Amino acid sequence: MNIVEMKGIKKQFGSLIASDHVNFNLREGEVHALLGENGAGKTTLMRILYGLYKQDEGEVFVAGKPVTINSPKDAIENGIGMVTQHFALVPPMTVAENVVLGYMDGFRLKTAEIEKKVGEAAKEFGIDIDPSALVMHLSVGQRQRVEILKALYRNAKVLILDEPTAVLIPQEVEALFKTLRDLCSRGLAVIFISHKLHEVMEITNRVTVLRDGKCIGTVNTQEKSQAELASMMVGRESFGVKRVEDLSDREKEPILQVDAISALNEKGLSALNKISLEVYCGEILGVAGVGGNGQRELSEALCGVKDLTEGKIVVDGVNVTGLNPAQFTKHGIGRVPEDRHEGMVGDLTVAENLALEYLNDYTKMGRMDRKAMVADAEKLIKQFMIKAKPNDRTCNLSGGNMQKVLLARVLSKNPKVVIVPQPTRGLDVGATDYVREQLLAQKKAGAGVLMISEDLDEVLALSDRIAVLYEGEIVGVLNANEATPESLGLLMSGVRKELV
Amino acid sequence: MAKNKLITFEKCDTAPAWKNPVLIGLSILITFILSAGLILMAGKNPIETYYHFIVAPLSTKFSFLEVLVTFTPLLLCGVAVTFAFTSGYYNIGAEGQLYAGAVAATWIGISPVFYDWSPWILIPFIIIAGFAFGMLWALIPALLKVKMQVDEVVTTLLMNSIMAYIVSALLNGPWKSPFSGWPESPEISMNAIFPKIVAKSRLNLGVILALVAMLILWFVLNRTPFGLRMRAVGKGKHASKFSGINVQRTMLLSALISGGVAGVAGVSVMCGIQFRLISEISPGYGTIGVMIATMGGLNAFGVGLAAFFFALLDVGALTVSRQMGLPSYLGEITQATLLLTTISVLLLHRYKVKLPWLKKKEITTEEEEK
Amino acid sequence: MMTFIATLLGATLRVSTPILLAAIGETYSERSGVLNLGIEGTMLFGAFTGFYFAEISGSLWFGLFAAVVSGMLFGLLMALLTVTFGLNQHVSGLGITLLCEGLAFFFFRLLYGGAHTPPSIEPFEQIKLFADNPILGPIFGQYLLTYLTFLVIIPLMWWILYKTRFGLHIRAAGENPEAVDAAGVNVFGIRYASIIIGGGFMAAGGAFLSLCALGSFTHGMVNGRGWVALAIVIFGNWNPVKAMWGALIFGGAEALQLRLQAMGLQLPVPYETFLALPYVLTIIALVLAGRNASYPAALLKPYKRE
Repeated sequence: MNIVEMKGIKKQFGSLIASDHVNFNLREGEVHALLGENGAGKTTLMRILYGLYKQDEGEVFVAGKPVTINSPKDAIENGIGMVTQHFALVPPMTVAENVVLGYMDGFRLKTAEIEKKVGEAAKEFGIDIDPSALVMHLSVGQRQRVEILKALYRNAKVLILDEPTAVLIPQEVEALFKTLRDLCSRGLAVIFISHKLHEVMEITNRVTVLRDGKCIGTVNTQEKSQAELASMMVGRESFGVKRVEDLSDREKEPILQVDAISALNEKGLSALNKISLEVYCGEILGVAGVGGNGQRELSEALCGVKDLTEGKIVVDGVNVTGLNPAQFTKHGIGRVPEDRHEGMVGDLTVAENLALEYLNDYTKMGRMDRKAMVADAEKLIKQFMIKAKPNDRTCNLSGGNMQKVLLARVLSKNPKVVIVPQPTRGLDVGATDYVREQLLAQKKAGAGVLMISEDLDEVLALSDRIAVLYEGEIVGVLNANEATPESLGLLMSGVRKELV
Repeated sequence: MAKNKLITFEKCDTAPAWKNPVLIGLSILITFILSAGLILMAGKNPIETYYHFIVAPLSTKFSFLEVLVTFTPLLLCGVAVTFAFTSGYYNIGAEGQLYAGAVAATWIGISPVFYDWSPWILIPFIIIAGFAFGMLWALIPALLKVKMQVDEVVTTLLMNSIMAYIVSALLNGPWKSPFSGWPESPEISMNAIFPKIVAKSRLNLGVILALVAMLILWFVLNRTPFGLRMRAVGKGKHASKFSGINVQRTMLLSALISGGVAGVAGVSVMCGIQFRLISEISPGYGTIGVMIATMGGLNAFGVGLAAFFFALLDVGALTVSRQMGLPSYLGEITQATLLLTTISVLLLHRYKVKLPWLKKKEITTEEEEK
Repeated sequence: MMTFIATLLGATLRVSTPILLAAIGETYSERSGVLNLGIEGTMLFGAFTGFYFAEISGSLWFGLFAAVVSGMLFGLLMALLTVTFGLNQHVSGLGITLLCEGLAFFFFRLLYGGAHTPPSIEPFEQIKLFADNPILGPIFGQYLLTYLTFLVIIPLMWWILYKTRFGLHIRAAGENPEAVDAAGVNVFGIRYASIIIGGGFMAAGGAFLSLCALGSFTHGMVNGRGWVALAIVIFGNWNPVKAMWGALIFGGAEALQLRLQAMGLQLPVPYETFLALPYVLTIIALVLAGRNASYPAALLKPYKRE
């Protein structure tokens, strides 16, 4: 029996059709994958089901009856719960308070009583969590459990999980899958949004594939191979950049030397613990790892926006430790930010953003040379094929074009070292290929590239050597030819290199 | 869905250039409709009131010059606040900084040491001193913000109150008039008084100072790297820091310039129209500067226009009070209402307004987008 | 000496009452994620409406009630601007302050314009507890409103914020409105309610000035107290009980100044020093509290559904 049925769902944002008459149905007790690339319309469809968006056309049925879901509240009343990538939790409050938030009777907040009730519910659903703990003290995996508990506590019959494993280490993924299997055996239905094929193969019963907002089809997982699903997902047999094998002679001295650096995260806790890395000219060093293991702090430290508590960073023989970001640039470090919006000022124009790091070059006796700025911007726009005009506001650009602006800003100055965290996150296939080609071109031109990525396929496809970051430490460095997804997976889950 | 709605809004990325002026016109209209309610409540004729409010001040040379006299400190304060707001430093303390400048002007103006200096030296000296005092008064909250992350909104507000007490202490103490016994300072030196621009009026050098400040603001924001840094910091601190901009220094500098310009506003009041310091030399010019900066969209010429309009409302309110017997606070109310409606109505800038009930065809406020 | 301290304590409680009321209002507003700079104007308008309605109705309590209603209306306006329209909270708040000041003085001039002496009413009387005791008398001889504020309102508002469902929603809305929305709670409604309640308290603080302390309405009667309340909210880490200590420190400094001036002592410094002292102290307190101040994470951020 179909517990949820969505028929002919259409949703349009401006000129973009995010969901193009999609049909979707969900059976009781199944794990149903919603598979597709970034921007395929998976999240849009589920946001409609959860009442966060309103569809332009189409109908939703729950347990056979047509329903109108205008808000998450309606969704909850219809037994639908959703766990998004960005947890909807209030960090300074307890687990119990978060669970009952928006779902409790009476006026008073009886702390002891709700903690007891939430504790009992957790036990019943087999979720291990302390109801009186403050959420801000919990790990990512624990927070996810709180989110799931929250949905179950509201009598959810349908659980939507939006890329639940993106933030988890393999062991936590296993625990999550076990919980999901338990829950499904009691009749719960799970919608599992993902673009990770092996997980889809492992956990789901059926798969609905979306591409460019259209429904490609719904299949039984067992009847398809990973490759078949992949081709449904991308619409072609293979994708990505072809590796060009050129093991050019490596210079003796590394161009970038990271020597036992440590740093704290925003909350003042240790995030990096004595990390040492070396990058040589003409290579790409990939830093792999599950998100939240210090990637952000590492990239910030290497970009000069994070203070180190110890250790030093040496570029081409010059110690740049403690210098400011402007001096990092001056010493030949090309820095691309992890979050595009944190590297560019959306309200400024493309030309202004392109010049932002090099304002002194455009200063003539205290005046700013706008003409030169716009002229240079036009050159870069052409060279990097950015779809924009110099005087366009940057915030109106697409993600891919923004990333191109950032790359253009950095690469046009021929840096000795390029730092690129998450270079293709959130980009479409075309932009991804473009960015990867640019990185390979940099490597060929003799720069040392340090790429931090949570996308294992990307790390494997581009890197010459791969370092794995786990809980703020480098747990192993492998040559690309000896690295396999399995060996990297072990390292990423915290097993030391010696044990591999 | 939209069929049975009277009006629908649709988000759009770009808007035609004519849209802003139209919306501002709409805000002015709404403001006057709202204040018409008050005027009717007071038993007066709104049309007649509006005539005295916004037409009469512009109809005679004298009252037009009076508008320009009020325009002077308002524009200076608007420029001052714009300098700070552009870099995301919320300086609400222009009022206190204005008084700091006025104190500097009084101190020098009544000091026997400088009393006989030539105006050619004395006036520039007072302006510089006013700038410096305003800057110094802005320095404390700015440093607290930049070095210790203390919220500048609250501290600059508190600094306003502290400055009010300093002025009061000066006027009840060392500067108390020996003749009248009132809390007012002696008159400043003749040589410190700003020369008149138009004879037999109060219009003085100050207005030129204010216009120059506006032009400098435009030049700095649009034609200097410092201006671009300020805008970048204001719109994206993290991105600016990432791009190698010294966020703290940029903020500190813009806060100090802001304080300095507000200090010059104080000088313009002292040496331009008041000549002796009293507690009430400013009816809240500093706070109104915040409104003007916002209404002007942090754009130099926009700030100029907004300052002129606010000055018109100030002078008009006095005319209304004289001619119609309505309290002059009508001016303040209108200014506040205008500010609130403008920032609300300007939200439509990013939306297409559709009126589905007007025919089946889509009628939009922007037919062509080119 | 004991009498002096007792009088000082009594005055401290009196002086801090209006600031505390306003600070509670601001706490609620900020806890839900909205900085309300309309506080100064709302207080002034509350002082005016309180006075006016007490004068025409002859009932001080009705005056207070009217003041609270007026404050809630300006809270509603603030909520409309910042919650529904998502406008800049600094500018909206300052605009409301300017509007309130204009309206209060406009109506005051319109209604009492001709009078040569400022109109006045018989203010609330202080409760005479231990009136004969030279120590306890000055301490406990307070207005009913002061008693209410310290003994009922503070505990109650603390309790609501931390021990009720509504309070949970307010705190959550100021920290992570997305989470509140996702949980099916109306963020907009919660913020509206908090700002409106906050406005009511701000106006009540203003009405205390006109109905208890002065018995009249004058220019500059609020005189930056709203801004002090704003600082006290931060000082008190957005907790009504901790805000009370901040208000008492401020009230103490001002009371000391009043006492010293009243005693007619020849001081080596101008009396304005003492008037300014609380403001300086507040700034110092802000600097000291600033480091571990935990601003509501969503403060100043309008919530928009995508």
